[in-house]
Amino acid sequence: MPLTRATEQSLPATSLKRKLRLRELVIQAVLFLCGLFSIFVTVGIIYELGKESMLFFGRTQWERTNKPIVAAISASDVQFEVSNIGAMASPGEVIRLDDELLMLTAVEGSTYFVERGFRDSLPVPHAAETIIYRGVDPSVWEFLTGTSWAPHAGQFGVLPLLNATLMVSGIAILVALPLGLAAAIYLSEYASPKARNTLKPILEVLAGVPTVVYGYFALTFMTPLLRSIFGQDTVQIYNTASAGIVIGILILPLVSTISEDALNAVPRSLREAAYGLGATRLETAVRIVLPAAFSGIAAAVIIAISRAIGETMVVALAAGAGPAFTFNPFQAAETMTGHIVRISGGDLSYDSLDYNSIFAIGLMLFVMTLALNIFSQYIVRRFREVYE
Amino acid sequence: MTDTAPTATATAAIETNDLSIYYGSFQAVRDVNLDIQPNRITAIIGPSGCGKSTVLRAFNRMNELIPSVNTTGEVLFRGQNIYKPDVDPVEVRRHIGMVFQKPNPFPKSVYENVAWGARINGFKGNMDELVHSSLQSAALWDEVKDKLDQSGLSLSGGQQQRLCIARAIAVRPDIILMDEPCSALDPIATLRIEELMRDLAKDYTIIIVTHNMQQAARVSDRTAFFSLSEDGKRAGMLMEYGDTKTMFTRPEKKITEDYITGRFG
Repeated sequence: MPLTRATEQSLPATSLKRKLRLRELVIQAVLFLCGLFSIFVTVGIIYELGKESMLFFGRTQWERTNKPIVAAISASDVQFEVSNIGAMASPGEVIRLDDELLMLTAVEGSTYFVERGFRDSLPVPHAAETIIYRGVDPSVWEFLTGTSWAPHAGQFGVLPLLNATLMVSGIAILVALPLGLAAAIYLSEYASPKARNTLKPILEVLAGVPTVVYGYFALTFMTPLLRSIFGQDTVQIYNTASAGIVIGILILPLVSTISEDALNAVPRSLREAAYGLGATRLETAVRIVLPAAFSGIAAAVIIAISRAIGETMVVALAAGAGPAFTFNPFQAAETMTGHIVRISGGDLSYDSLDYNSIFAIGLMLFVMTLALNIFSQYIVRRFREVYE
Repeated sequence: MTDTAPTATATAAIETNDLSIYYGSFQAVRDVNLDIQPNRITAIIGPSGCGKSTVLRAFNRMNELIPSVNTTGEVLFRGQNIYKPDVDPVEVRRHIGMVFQKPNPFPKSVYENVAWGARINGFKGNMDELVHSSLQSAALWDEVKDKLDQSGLSLSGGQQQRLCIARAIAVRPDIILMDEPCSALDPIATLRIEELMRDLAKDYTIIIVTHNMQQAARVSDRTAFFSLSEDGKRAGMLMEYGDTKTMFTRPEKKITEDYITGRFG
């Protein structure tokens, strides 16, 4: 059609050539590097935790028995007398004198029968009064199932620490879930905009209080309160109940803010549908909005549990300083994080038993929170409703 | 019915006296006097922003879910002013149900969607029977009878809207308000809903807000035409109200004719 062609020809030429936008490129590169950096940091942390934990599990730890040999022995002696002080080793165990490893084959009274130069170590003479070390191999199985944690006595069961951690977190979530959810429902479904704009920041201030303050709050307020309610004899000065309740208060803003966001994200149209059927506010909030926001609330709770598991300062101050395998919340029991902070607070030499053990505990903490995060992602995906 | 007020004198399903609605200080609807006939379909038409939906939502006090809205005048349901301070809006909504512009089924099963409203209203009878009859009334039973336990959100848009109608019917209201119920649907789904409305009008009073004049002409018995006030204050006013046939063939006012013939809107 000539008319169209004529119009086309009369249009001015426009350059569509690609332009080099330097600023865009630089910004894009910086953003990419930031993302890359955070990934590297995460990988680095996992590497370090894994490496140090492997040192713990993959290597014989030497426990000092405090038992010396009575007389000097030559490089070829296969039996010797030991002193009657210190702890006995049993046949089949690897022992160490200076740098030489020996396999203990039999024990008769105070006589040790040994195989010299074990594991390719060099048989050398040893002086009288040389202290015997006993070799202990912490196994993953023992670590996960043992009910006693005393690395220097060869007991590597993490259960007392894990149990205390789970108890504190459990108590915390028992406090935070009902209160946080109630606060979220109030803020999202009942509060006037004015009340909400006042209350929400106040609630969020709770999240800004330093955890050390919460620790002393537990120790100097919550514990005396519990003791006055349940009795001085029932409640120890350090106990997991007090720490758990205070951590519950600490994670309350986390539960309530994320839950409130989840409730707010439920479309208005669903509320209108419920009201239109003659539902009351409570029926609408509890039976329509709450279930519709389930995935978000579940995610909030799981994040809060992760936070409670990782919380350190409150338990270090208020839960007790010494592993104890107890289900009584009024007794002192050290949590995983509490143990790490106490052990690493003193002089800690590199590659020592304590040093390696805290990495093993740290790795376990990491695995727990990672598992919770993966679980929360699953919940969010599984239960999320898509509204058009 | 829990009310004690006289009902025999009322002949209109809903009657408004000088109904005005304000958003903050802005008067969105001015002095509406309207009586809705029982068991009829009344269409509310008018250009965008003339307060059609606002008037509709005033009939079951849905406007109060928006904090800044203020309503004056009277809305009489069976002779009782539903805006009297001692009237419970929850009770009002149990008698005057609503279907919304966009289908909004609950994220629950098809069965639960229908049963929910009846259950919270204390329905004690045979729930399976109620779900069945409500879905049948909404012309949806045959399509969903094998997927009652599937999520209501898994249905198509038109099915979702009929599910919302079934849900409203299950509460056994006297009046069903429909706020542009077909605006999010394709023409075939729209046609099904319109047929359904004709069926429902045998048992219910239906008030429908629609943008679509053909729809008003097709389904309604009576039509109320709203438009903006001509004093520049942009308040919605009832311009003309009467039998649909009369209104679409011999409108009384020029503005109605202009709107119906598509000269503005």
